[in-house]
Amino acid sequence: MSVLKITDLSIALPQGADRAFAVQDCSYQIAAGEILCVVGESGSGKSMTANAVMGLLPEGVTVATGTAEFGGKDILTVSDAEQRALRGDRIAMIFQEPMTALNPLMRIGDQIAEVFEAHKRHTPAERRAKALDLIREVQLPDPEKIIRAYPFQLSGGQRQRAMIAMALALEPELLIADEPTTALDVTTQAQILKLILDLRDRRGMAVMFITHDFGVVAEIADRVIVMRYGEIVERGTATEVLEAPQHDYTKRLLAAIPSGLVAASSEVAKAPALEIRNLEKTYRVGGGLFRQPREVRAIDTVSLSIARGEVLGLVGESGSGKSTLGRAVVRLVTPDAGEVIVGGTDMAALTASDLRAARHKVQMVFQDPYASLNPRHRVMRALTDGPIAKGVAKDKARARARELMETVGLGADAVDRFPHEFSGGQRQRIGIARALAMDPELIIADEAVSALDVSIQAQVLDLLRDLRLRFDLSILFITHDLRVAAQLCDRIAVMQKGKLVEIGPVSEVFLNPQHSYTQTLLAAVPGGGWGQAAQ
Amino acid sequence: MTFWKRFISNRGALLGLGILIAVLLVALLAPLIYPRGPWAMVQRPFLVPFTTDGLPLGTDTLGRDVLAGLVYGARVSLLVGLVSTVMALLIGVPLGALAGFYGKWVDEGAMRFTEFFQTIPNFALAIVLVAILEPSLTSITIAIAIVSWPPVARLVRAEVMSVTRREYVDAARLAGLSNMHILIRQVLPNTVSPIIVMASLMVATAILLESSLSFLGLGDPNIMSWGFQIGAARTVIRSAWWLSFFPGAAIVLTVLALNLIGEGLNDALNPHLSRKGRS
Repeated sequence: MSVLKITDLSIALPQGADRAFAVQDCSYQIAAGEILCVVGESGSGKSMTANAVMGLLPEGVTVATGTAEFGGKDILTVSDAEQRALRGDRIAMIFQEPMTALNPLMRIGDQIAEVFEAHKRHTPAERRAKALDLIREVQLPDPEKIIRAYPFQLSGGQRQRAMIAMALALEPELLIADEPTTALDVTTQAQILKLILDLRDRRGMAVMFITHDFGVVAEIADRVIVMRYGEIVERGTATEVLEAPQHDYTKRLLAAIPSGLVAASSEVAKAPALEIRNLEKTYRVGGGLFRQPREVRAIDTVSLSIARGEVLGLVGESGSGKSTLGRAVVRLVTPDAGEVIVGGTDMAALTASDLRAARHKVQMVFQDPYASLNPRHRVMRALTDGPIAKGVAKDKARARARELMETVGLGADAVDRFPHEFSGGQRQRIGIARALAMDPELIIADEAVSALDVSIQAQVLDLLRDLRLRFDLSILFITHDLRVAAQLCDRIAVMQKGKLVEIGPVSEVFLNPQHSYTQTLLAAVPGGGWGQAAQ
Repeated sequence: MTFWKRFISNRGALLGLGILIAVLLVALLAPLIYPRGPWAMVQRPFLVPFTTDGLPLGTDTLGRDVLAGLVYGARVSLLVGLVSTVMALLIGVPLGALAGFYGKWVDEGAMRFTEFFQTIPNFALAIVLVAILEPSLTSITIAIAIVSWPPVARLVRAEVMSVTRREYVDAARLAGLSNMHILIRQVLPNTVSPIIVMASLMVATAILLESSLSFLGLGDPNIMSWGFQIGAARTVIRSAWWLSFFPGAAIVLTVLALNLIGEGLNDALNPHLSRKGRS
């Protein structure tokens, strides 16, 4: 018996969009107690169907044809009032950003109780008791306290639990989860996925789970739908799709996922390109005339070195201090104590003018491909500004820029275009070319592939691997994604709360982790078992 | 869609641009249309509009042509509006940019200085400045510039702060570019859109301020302006309505035109912020 049955649904985009339909001739159903994963890359239309079902389509986007049958009615055509009664009551939704999905000025308990109030259920006292029960059910710690807490007092994972509690309040038959774990750390993600599985078993509700991550799919899905350009290209049970994909696109997506399998790392024993000794950085937050400021030790006495030609992966969850470490190496952040030695000079101790002259030794590839290029400058300028400031002749710098664009696979003619004419993956290539233009001794890649779709991610990783062989590059590769780190790096360093807890060759760290935190981190990687089985 | 296409697809902005161009033309051609100037007494006083050939808007208390006054007044209004806005930008943009870019004590200092000006009511300060400097076109322009730069400084500071946090500014630092180079070449060009919008609205405010000062008799006594015309007609407002009505209408139209243009620029420069339902 299916809870939701979607038949021949097409959703039209406004004129001038890159295609006519966000979703085209899409049919599927979800049975009670089933988890259906809708997978696709950005722009595949995977969220649009869910938005249509909830009546949350953006301005200008309309349902063209098709029906969505829920409880014997086509919910795409019912009146607004009826739809509002359905929402929250029989269909609930959780979103990607738990920070923005909760009202920052309302206590958690009140927000949950408000769901009952909106549907005119129970007396205020009962509502409160029910809210407390729900908070217990989603396993938030210290329910009595949480019910009185404001969203900002909760961590990301706790906020997502609160969101789930709100969604469950009226015992919906269908829960729609739109990338609910994408903004979370791996360990938190693993907990939330487990919670959703538990709740499904206990309540027997249907779950429509939208994600881009096949690891998550392997962890949670009963059935899978793969979408591309608004069309369903493959459907089947989780094992069918993951183990024996039929469509080329699915095969390519699966192949693009960095496998958990670890290559034996090559021995590198050359002169160090970077040496960090006892680096420390403490941030002081808040405080005032009479209050002690809160201290956050972002980097707590960290020492490590990177050999010439080596790729060191620096992994950790958000707030572990891995990005601060990267920024301290390039002196975008000035450390409190310790040394950062690159090619014989201590970057941490240079004066402002000496620093500017030494900047070219370490370059950085940034995370956000949209914010890391000046929208008003042509690519040529992005690539030549640095070398010219360093003293390279103008025409030489220009020739080198063209050459580098060839190297990163974009073609020499692309230098005359503006950043907005490139896609995210192409921009990231430009970012890499910009770093190479300075002839650095060390490149720091700060979550350089995290914002990209898997298939693009694989291409950029290939490029980095290729460049590293050709130019004997040393790279400090900062990432939260252990699978990506395993693909590219020779050694892995694991950070937790500002401290370096483990460092060693990739195979050692992955197959035989010593520190308990590393073990937790590895165990939390979604679809861990499946990744290795597939190889 | 290009900026220009978005701008002209906005009917209000187009209307505003049309009015402004007409006012500009009239102001530029004033000496050709009325070679005798606005002060010449051409007929007997208090001629009602639309009754005498050659004097469509009638004459004022001293028998001067009201239309000639309007035409010459446009010159003053636009000149004061534009020059004082440019001056205000020249003070506000560098101050706000330095405050936003360097932060810490530079920011503290610059913002306290800005607040010092913001705590005094604009118009009161302008009156005091004009009174001290003796009323003349230059002193009025300077006074208006001095009272209108603080919002510019605050806007530029906020914009610069947000742009400075983008990764391409970090990348420019890593490229070894100097702070001044980064501020002028990388950061400021990305803050121009809101500044342009604000400037167009500031011209409108400046015109209003100038008219108010002239109305109070603090205008340049040798120059005909819209505010002066209204001020001079104040005593006869019940018997000769047209003396204050037409200059007032001119102010309303010009200010409205500038506001429409400002709004059109805002929608065209920030397409994702433009209001819904017009796409």
